[in-house]
Amino acid sequence: MILAPVGFLAEDPATGDPTLVDFGHDPWWIVLIKVVGVFVFLVVMTLFTIWYERRVVARMQVRPGPNRHGPFGLLQSLADGLKLAFKEDIMPLKADKVVFFIAPVISTVCAFTAFSIMPFGPFVSMFGTRTPLQLTDIPVAVLLVLACSGMGIYGIVLGGWASGSTYPLLGGLRSSAQLISYEVAMGLSFVAVFMTAGTMSTSEIVNAQAQGSPVNLFGFEFTAPSWFFLLLLPSFIIYSISAVGETNRAPFDLPEAESELVGGFHTEYSSLKFALFFLAEYINMVTVSGLCATLFLGGWRAPTSFEGFWPGINSGWWPLLWFTIKVLLLLFVFIWLRGTLPRLRYDQFMRFGWKVLIPVNLVWILTLAGIKTLQKSSSMSQFDKLFAAGIVVGVILLLALLWPQKKEEPVLPVEEQVARRPEGSFPLPPMDLQVPVSPRAKRLTAERETVPATTEEEV
Amino acid sequence: MMLSTQVLAAAAEVSGGEKWTFFLLAPLAVIGALGMVIARNAVHSALWLVLTMLSLGVFYIVQAGPFIGMVQIIVYTGAIMMLFLFVLMLVGRDASDSVIETLRGQKVVAILLGLGLAGLLGLGVFQATRDMPVAGLDKANVHGNVQGIAGLLFGPYVWVFEVTSALLITAAVGAMLLAHREREKGERVGQVAQMKARFEPGNYPGPKPGPGVFANSTSVATPAKLPDGTPAERSISPILPTRELTSAEIANKHTEGK
Repeated sequence: MILAPVGFLAEDPATGDPTLVDFGHDPWWIVLIKVVGVFVFLVVMTLFTIWYERRVVARMQVRPGPNRHGPFGLLQSLADGLKLAFKEDIMPLKADKVVFFIAPVISTVCAFTAFSIMPFGPFVSMFGTRTPLQLTDIPVAVLLVLACSGMGIYGIVLGGWASGSTYPLLGGLRSSAQLISYEVAMGLSFVAVFMTAGTMSTSEIVNAQAQGSPVNLFGFEFTAPSWFFLLLLPSFIIYSISAVGETNRAPFDLPEAESELVGGFHTEYSSLKFALFFLAEYINMVTVSGLCATLFLGGWRAPTSFEGFWPGINSGWWPLLWFTIKVLLLLFVFIWLRGTLPRLRYDQFMRFGWKVLIPVNLVWILTLAGIKTLQKSSSMSQFDKLFAAGIVVGVILLLALLWPQKKEEPVLPVEEQVARRPEGSFPLPPMDLQVPVSPRAKRLTAERETVPATTEEEV
Repeated sequence: MMLSTQVLAAAAEVSGGEKWTFFLLAPLAVIGALGMVIARNAVHSALWLVLTMLSLGVFYIVQAGPFIGMVQIIVYTGAIMMLFLFVLMLVGRDASDSVIETLRGQKVVAILLGLGLAGLLGLGVFQATRDMPVAGLDKANVHGNVQGIAGLLFGPYVWVFEVTSALLITAAVGAMLLAHREREKGERVGQVAQMKARFEPGNYPGPKPGPGVFANSTSVATPAKLPDGTPAERSISPILPTRELTSAEIANKHTEGK
């Protein structure tokens, strides 16, 4: 391998951070270190996220959660993983042996590969070699993530089919239909980012969010917010929703639907093969969170205003910490959603994806393209620009005013609804039912109050 | 020939990594193509094709066309082959091809026609590109690969591009129209109406009792017993033949005391 000469590295002119030109010059051992680093990061994040999820959901449901093994129960998921690996590996009699084996491997490989373009930080020094804290970057880096998630669906479909049984097959088809639908919405929400950053490479998207750019919109000068989640709020919201659908998490966890189905596509899987599916699922969660941080939340950068009292906040190894914190916060939102929202019905879910997310996204991209064209066109005078924008806003307002409204049926009071029920309907409890306070609950409260605070001294 | 000298000149610049990728993936692509034709099982056949398509995607990326490579993987491998797989899986996993030719001489004719088509296509491409000025990759990708493609697609070729997409949309709408069934206004039953109908009088909303519950036999032909001892006719599937029950089976289950 060729060692790049000192001073070869091109840098972002504004910030001095890595750009696309800086990749592909690392010596092989640095690449090896980075590959191992990404692998370890993902595996540790998976183990940690399982524990994190169980603890946070437990806290939301007012119970302790895993707290036995290791400090705060941190080693629980390690123990669970080891147990899973040593369980009996069952191959169903009617399974397609080769495909049954390959399916979880495809899922896991794609999940790991997608993370290879994730930027963790700026230039760092590794054993005296200056290198960007990112495994690699290509001109179409974000598309690589889409390609990997597209290939990852094969793992699910083939896993369901190769099991040789009806339930996994239906589960696999169900979940791949979901993934394909939400991948479209997810891909469309990237478009606004590409248009604003002018690139698809992750390191340059992070650079594009370093400073707010001055914007001249209809004669008003202001500095646009640097992070894209404010600048491109509709894309951010749609990405966040479709990322939940893409990772099969509650409230969109229809492929598994723990309380309704047996297990979806992995019904017949056990032992290490099941563990691989499990690992891929959690890595996908980390990947969509990391991508969200990279595309919308400024990547590895701490907020610009922090640089005032800590100038070195965005240099060296520190950004790795900021990136991890952002990913953990986003993972927290995943868990929060799971603890809060009930599951959608499958038809509602599909309708939401195809009839709401995708059209809204298309309209938003069109609007953004219109704004950008207006900004760039020099031939139009300020008045013409305002006039054009005014016409569009006027048409939208007129449409909103004149849109035919659906006649709402009047909601009857409960008593009338009950009175209208036909003869022989299912019995209802009386409307004025007073539930008496449980005598047992009263006794427990009373007992608790009488416990003296100084029991330990008496013992 | 002008073209062949250029190709040779380009081949001389191939880097080691590119060469190794090619020699690793080219046999795999060919094996995938052969496997697709030879495999008996339709799903295996589709998987072999996936392998070929993936290899092609990597070739594009290695030959300085990262965008087209990724699009190949996302669109062809990720979406189109996935739809193929959907259909194949719903057909049934044991639907293998039989080796018997249904039409005599079908294979020979197919091979000949295939070769003919390949020859025609190759000749057409050769004729079309023979006198084309070659700019070279460096010049094409001077502003970046994605930007270069975007400039061509939305510049000189925007009309072709839009017409092609209109054609595809028409095909999709046509397919939808063929599969669509017009429903009368009252025919479609929504979830709310279904839920209301479920709780209408005369329809018990809970699950049916399983056969054999509270009964003295585990046979599916034995009706379940309601708590008052009467047999629940709803618990037996109507397709089962009626069965003479013995007195031991009719008797109530001894549940009180030992």
